[in-house]
Amino acid sequence: MGLGVEHAGQVRVSWRSRAAAALWRRPWARATILLTPPLAWFLLLYVAALVVLLITAFWQINPFTTNIERVWSLNNLSTIFTSPAYRAIIARTVGMAAAVTVTDTVVAFPFAYFMARVASPRTRTALFVAILLPLWASYLAKVYSWLLIFTRGGVLDSVLNLHLIYTNWAVFTVFCYLWLPFMIIPVYAALERIPSSLIEASQDLGGRTWRTTRSVLLPLALPGIVAGSIFTFSLTLGDYITPLLVGGTSATFIGNIIYSNIGIANNVPFAAAMALVPIAIMAAYLLGARALGAFEAI
Amino acid sequence: MTMTRERIRGHRRPVAIAIGIAAAAVLAAGCSSGGTSTPVGTASTGGATQNGGGAVAGQTVPTAGLPVLQQVGKGEGQLNLIAWEGYLDPKWVKPFEQQTGCQVNAKYAGSSDEMVALMKNGGGGQYDMVSSSGDADLRILYAGDAHPVNVNLIPSWKDFFPAFQSPAFNTINGVHYGISLQWGPNVLMYNTKDFSSAPTSWSVIYDSKYKGQVTVPDNPIQIADAALYLKTLKPSLGITDPYELTQPQFQAAVSLLAGQKPLIEKYWSLASQEIFDFKNGNATVGAGWPYQVSTLKAAKFPIGTTIPSEGATGWADTWMLAAKAPHMNCAYMWMQYISTPKVQAMQAVTYGETPDNKLACAEMDKLQAGSCEEYHANAPQSYFDSISLWKTPLATCDNGQNNCVPYAQWVSAWNTQVK
Repeated sequence: MGLGVEHAGQVRVSWRSRAAAALWRRPWARATILLTPPLAWFLLLYVAALVVLLITAFWQINPFTTNIERVWSLNNLSTIFTSPAYRAIIARTVGMAAAVTVTDTVVAFPFAYFMARVASPRTRTALFVAILLPLWASYLAKVYSWLLIFTRGGVLDSVLNLHLIYTNWAVFTVFCYLWLPFMIIPVYAALERIPSSLIEASQDLGGRTWRTTRSVLLPLALPGIVAGSIFTFSLTLGDYITPLLVGGTSATFIGNIIYSNIGIANNVPFAAAMALVPIAIMAAYLLGARALGAFEAI
Repeated sequence: MTMTRERIRGHRRPVAIAIGIAAAAVLAAGCSSGGTSTPVGTASTGGATQNGGGAVAGQTVPTAGLPVLQQVGKGEGQLNLIAWEGYLDPKWVKPFEQQTGCQVNAKYAGSSDEMVALMKNGGGGQYDMVSSSGDADLRILYAGDAHPVNVNLIPSWKDFFPAFQSPAFNTINGVHYGISLQWGPNVLMYNTKDFSSAPTSWSVIYDSKYKGQVTVPDNPIQIADAALYLKTLKPSLGITDPYELTQPQFQAAVSLLAGQKPLIEKYWSLASQEIFDFKNGNATVGAGWPYQVSTLKAAKFPIGTTIPSEGATGWADTWMLAAKAPHMNCAYMWMQYISTPKVQAMQAVTYGETPDNKLACAEMDKLQAGSCEEYHANAPQSYFDSISLWKTPLATCDNGQNNCVPYAQWVSAWNTQVK
């Protein structure tokens, strides 16, 4: 390889060939060159931004000029954790994220099972389109559609006499709807992977439907469920637009606090401190998910 | 109307249309000020203090001593403006460019905060002016990013309603840092079907009789609205300025709002949201802008509106001059142009705002019959006196004791004690 013959009797190696040879001999160099641009992108734009966020959380703003003062203190974090109102908001956010995750799991599992193991290929394709199509529609358009469903005189109000608009039930419903595809897809992927022979073996051994589901399907689908829950949980944890649009007077979530502290208040340090809360929660969640083998399913 | 435009005022007039070309601000060459300058101290800045200006105790504007332009010279050919989207409509920008030869380069900002950031370091020698709102003005001023303005060079300034000649949010100790642009009040709105007689007091939005039917902006500045109501209701609190509240005054306003929460079904954050809620019966009474009122009226909805006896809060925009404006002459030409009755009327009708030039009324009616009345552009002096215009709540206040509650605490109280 790599030897260019230019004139008879004179063997010259072109620079390209030499570089190729050098790289071939050094696999680590190949990897370095290949990975440097994406890694630099990741480190600069993602990790560096997070580090700056982390640092900012320990600064203050000057109440007179509202300029950021680079004086280290734990004031922001202590405010968050000593104020009952902020603790309640964190609890409400985590509770909402957990409720949405559980609901989506319960809805997604039978759906994904049907798609993966029961439906004909044709039906499966149709169902896939049905799940993925809403993802192509604008987030705002979907939330506003729900507003029309919830409002006084809307479908729920006039037909079922359910008055949900501007309540946390409305927020919960919209979240469950919005993030459902993110749960169905990984669960589907996990269920599809389970060999039919295992299910047959379970049945041969006398396992009925429930026993087979509990002892064979669920443990094998668990990584998919956990992977899906990472999406539903984290997406709910960070969202502030749905509460803003369909939520009522108690629809203040972590995202809303961050949102209202940035802007003219210019209290970026406090917003950064608040942003650390979901980061910490997600870090703990991901560690737990790894223990459950969720990352093998992604 | 994007979600990011939330700030003290909440969302901007939703009519704001994307003009499409977010023209990247061009770093124009061209020399600056061809006119002559003298220091402010010796020259009259004109008009001095109609209503006192907004001196903040213990704080000075770093740029107060910069010399103002004495004569508008030849245009530099360029003008770099930071503006709210839609504020530089070709309808009025094109004629300006033709008249003056100043090419307008627009940089649209999505929030007051972005405006403050773009104006850092006096506009960086890049930007000439910013159409900032009352909530951002003081931050720009006290950061030393604004340049004093000689209002004597702006003929239409004399035709402004007195309240907007030297308002506290852009004029400090008689020194102007820009020229007022447009404004709007936060009015009381009600469904006329539910009110046999027109309410005359803000008390209706704190009245448990209307439980579940009240809507107010989802905005910490609502504390000022409560303070304004308390100013009349409880004179013993000694509230003089609803944006400068001492701790006890602030707490009184906050607990009034906390008591109001059970009456509220929705704090609105978009003008369109409030219109939706009135139309669908989710709200029958609340606080809003003339824009919502005229939109609902246009839809033949039975909406009533009033400025209650306690007065009202309001927002106001200013074209503020950058401390390092590279095209000073063009900037003055722009201020001269934008303050004329016709241009004021065009912008007012387009965006549902109230003009600052009292001669704009007739022009508004020419553009859209009845619009002058609708936006109160013909209102008497007493009307303006009843409006407390928005400004950034700072810890410094006029009482000289620096014991006022700063805006960051307004935000935390709104989130933790009210909502």
